[in-house]
Amino acid sequence: MSTESEARLEILTRIARAGARADPSFRRAPVTPGARAREVVVEQFAEFAAEYRASVTRVDAADVARAVAELLARRGSVRVVVPSDLPDDLLGALPALRDEGLDTAALDRMQAVVTTCAVAVAETGTVVLDHGPGQGRRALTLVPDHHVCVIRESQVVDGVPEAVASLRGSVLAGRPLTWISGPSATSDIELSRVEGVHGPRVLDLVLVRDV
Amino acid sequence: MRIDLFITCLNDALFPRTGEATARLLERLGHEVTFDENQTCCGQMHVNSGYRREALPLVRRFVDTFRDADVVVAPSGSCVGMVRDLYPRVAEWEGDHALLEDVRAVLPKVFELSEFLVRHLGVEDVGAYYPHRVTYHQTCHAMRVLRVGDAPLRLLSNVRGLNLVELPAVDQCCGFGGTFSVKNADTSTAMLADKVASVMSTGAEACTAGDNSCLMHIGGGLSRLRSGTRVVHLAEILASTEHEVYA
Amino acid sequence: MSAGGIRPARTFQKAAKVTLANAQMRRNLRHATTTIREKRLRAVAELPDWEALRGEGADLKDFAMANLGDLLLDLEAAVTSRGGQVHWARDAEEAREIVARIATSHGAREVIKVKSISTDEIELNAALERHGVHAVETDLAELIVQLAEDRPSHILVPAIHRNRAEIRDLFRRRLGAELLTDDPKALAEAARVYLRGKFLTTKVAVSGANFAVAESGTVCVVESEGNGRMCVTMPDVLVTVMGIEKVLPTWQDVAVFLRLLPRSSTAERMNPYTSFWSGVREGDGPREFHLVLLDGGRTEVLADEVGRQTLRCIRCSACLNVCPVYERAGGHAYGSVYPGPIGAILTPQLLHLEDANANTLPWASSLCGACYDACPVRIDIPEVLLYLRGRINEEKPLNAEAVAFRSAAWVMSEPHRFEGAIKLARTGQGPLVRDGAIHALPGLLGGWTDSRDLPAFPRQSFREWWRTRPAPTERPDDGNAGLGEGELLAPEREDTR
Repeated sequence: MSTESEARLEILTRIARAGARADPSFRRAPVTPGARAREVVVEQFAEFAAEYRASVTRVDAADVARAVAELLARRGSVRVVVPSDLPDDLLGALPALRDEGLDTAALDRMQAVVTTCAVAVAETGTVVLDHGPGQGRRALTLVPDHHVCVIRESQVVDGVPEAVASLRGSVLAGRPLTWISGPSATSDIELSRVEGVHGPRVLDLVLVRDV
Repeated sequence: MRIDLFITCLNDALFPRTGEATARLLERLGHEVTFDENQTCCGQMHVNSGYRREALPLVRRFVDTFRDADVVVAPSGSCVGMVRDLYPRVAEWEGDHALLEDVRAVLPKVFELSEFLVRHLGVEDVGAYYPHRVTYHQTCHAMRVLRVGDAPLRLLSNVRGLNLVELPAVDQCCGFGGTFSVKNADTSTAMLADKVASVMSTGAEACTAGDNSCLMHIGGGLSRLRSGTRVVHLAEILASTEHEVYA
Repeated sequence: MSAGGIRPARTFQKAAKVTLANAQMRRNLRHATTTIREKRLRAVAELPDWEALRGEGADLKDFAMANLGDLLLDLEAAVTSRGGQVHWARDAEEAREIVARIATSHGAREVIKVKSISTDEIELNAALERHGVHAVETDLAELIVQLAEDRPSHILVPAIHRNRAEIRDLFRRRLGAELLTDDPKALAEAARVYLRGKFLTTKVAVSGANFAVAESGTVCVVESEGNGRMCVTMPDVLVTVMGIEKVLPTWQDVAVFLRLLPRSSTAERMNPYTSFWSGVREGDGPREFHLVLLDGGRTEVLADEVGRQTLRCIRCSACLNVCPVYERAGGHAYGSVYPGPIGAILTPQLLHLEDANANTLPWASSLCGACYDACPVRIDIPEVLLYLRGRINEEKPLNAEAVAFRSAAWVMSEPHRFEGAIKLARTGQGPLVRDGAIHALPGLLGGWTDSRDLPAFPRQSFREWWRTRPAPTERPDDGNAGLGEGELLAPEREDTR
């Protein structure tokens, strides 16, 4: 038997011998959807995301492409990359490179990335990518310094438990997730928060009104 | 109401005035007060220092002494905390099931003085008079084990003549911790230095609390610095009137 | 080299004597911990029922610990079915060798690391160096500690003992950074510039894990800077070292901890980045994923009914930030990568209560209880401290302290002995008393009188007074009795406090 399989057996044996028993009355708290009105939930998401130094632009569906273009222009982001399957209506006429497996060096030359997301959380001002359609692989939203993320208001849930529940399918399908709350930050120096380290230093959120 | 005093070994030996004040206060409020001389020490010092087996006879003695009491009142947050929080665990850890049952029977009758007055008797004005500038230190066990909340402050705010000044960083431990103060004297002293500085910053004549162990520690620091600020147990303030001065 | 490990080089008392003398460190710590304490209270108050959530967290962890064997097998199966490889390590040595073997088999001379206390616990960096592999710490604080050849002093913020000016000087010296200011923004930028190339070119990364979900084989890293995302996304090979207690049964259980952890640790509603991955994903992230499951003493902690709750810990460090002992003595005094209240119970247990220096840690507490109140998974740290004190004492050979406590118990177990002892002390204290107090004591008790006076025993104990006091019925009930009771106030009976 190899050392590792010996180790496996021994650890499992030690655990069995430890004799920890579950409390038979243990029950998980049910996930209850928030009772608050949609407007309140969406409003809070916008407020909390902004508190973490993400910019939030609220637009009607018809104005998404214009808002995205303006946000890119405001930061001087010219070299823009997008997931290969990003819906065209988010970009309009904007020239953008579709990611068909760019190598790291090429990706590093990109200034900005535009994606959608899977869900957004009002309780924390968080957007979650499950790297499904419109969101691209993980490196795409990590290497460029400017991330523009388009969120439909209907994607905003009230609390973290609802968000986790809504992502169950993605997780069981083996997809990775990236939870993003504001631009990268650190509290490592004197426990005071500073925005902008290794992840994108600018996070712009475009919140699209439901029709 | 007949009230059994649990005076605690520290008060018995070093701070009898606190015991006298507690007895007098409860009598003034119209209760019959008794003191069973079979009582000694709750065993807190032993359990806190890692000698819980040695503490077992003391737990047993406490339980036997107060078995038939209606209520037991003690002028010490940490001793009542020991009884309420740790007696059941000590009995359990040592596998003494008979003791555990006896402990459970006695527990609900044991109270710290300020929680007894405010929560149990519903009294906030005990008719005390104490014309001094006083600051109140919230002891850790009263705050986090017994959760006495603002009971002591309610009592103090009704004392005539008393000028209550808020203690900065009131929720910070004074650094006593029983044998901690000796075993880790350097760290304990660093904590005490901050507490003493807080007390002195209030300009109070007296610092009060519901526990003479913490007060002994704070008072030991104040005295070493010749600060002129004294420490006074809450019971002694509450027992004091225009005619009877306990502290 | 950033030294790690959990084996303290000296007793807490000796180590604290040194750290307490470092005034700069104490100022830095006080500033940081007082700031975060207030923020945490606000973050926690924002959720509707924090106490219920704490209960859920504790119950879930207990449930996971009660089913640990099955959950680890489920986790192994799920990770494997998604293309990952699972390794089992009984101790630090085995874990180090597994990681080193993987790194060297890919010809790596350098690996990038995202902050992981479990890899600090097993002293991975030094082991990798011995195999010719240099580990680059990418978390800002870990980088600071590594560059300064220092030790981590906090779970969340390992360089909390350093202030911005010290860090600026360090970066100038070690990174050649041209820093004009000590603004944390500029310092973070210097770290970004230094690490950027490493993220994009290094082939092997090492991480820890905050949680792992048994049903889906999903591993999670909670972070702020993006260095975690870089490490788990960009390299070809990812090795994650995880204590076995980090496993959670179901995906939904993650929700409870994503609410508890950020608010307790950085006092944020949510940390900037959380990454989840399950095995390997075609076209996205590392092509090879290894999960190393580390026992390292945990199964022994699990076997102890009282100590077991220690394994609930999610490494948030809230207990450190509220601890008055930690705030003064600092993380280094604990001599382990797990400092503070949680370290005082975790370190000695991971060392099987056999390390004499680690066994002094359970006494490094005044038992004030602030840690228990702050703990998001309700670890009753004061209870475990007391329990461990007892267990450690039981194993010690008979010594002077034990004799003293046994004698005291013998005295206290009978009232007449107690009373006799008070009288004896009253007589014996004579030469020591000056102005009603004791200013210097010999031996161990000198630790008290070095900085504090001690009251002298008064002339009469409470029980002596009780026997002689006038019966209550003989005394008028109103306050007018005061003058009549003048004898109560006789100066010789004043407390000497």
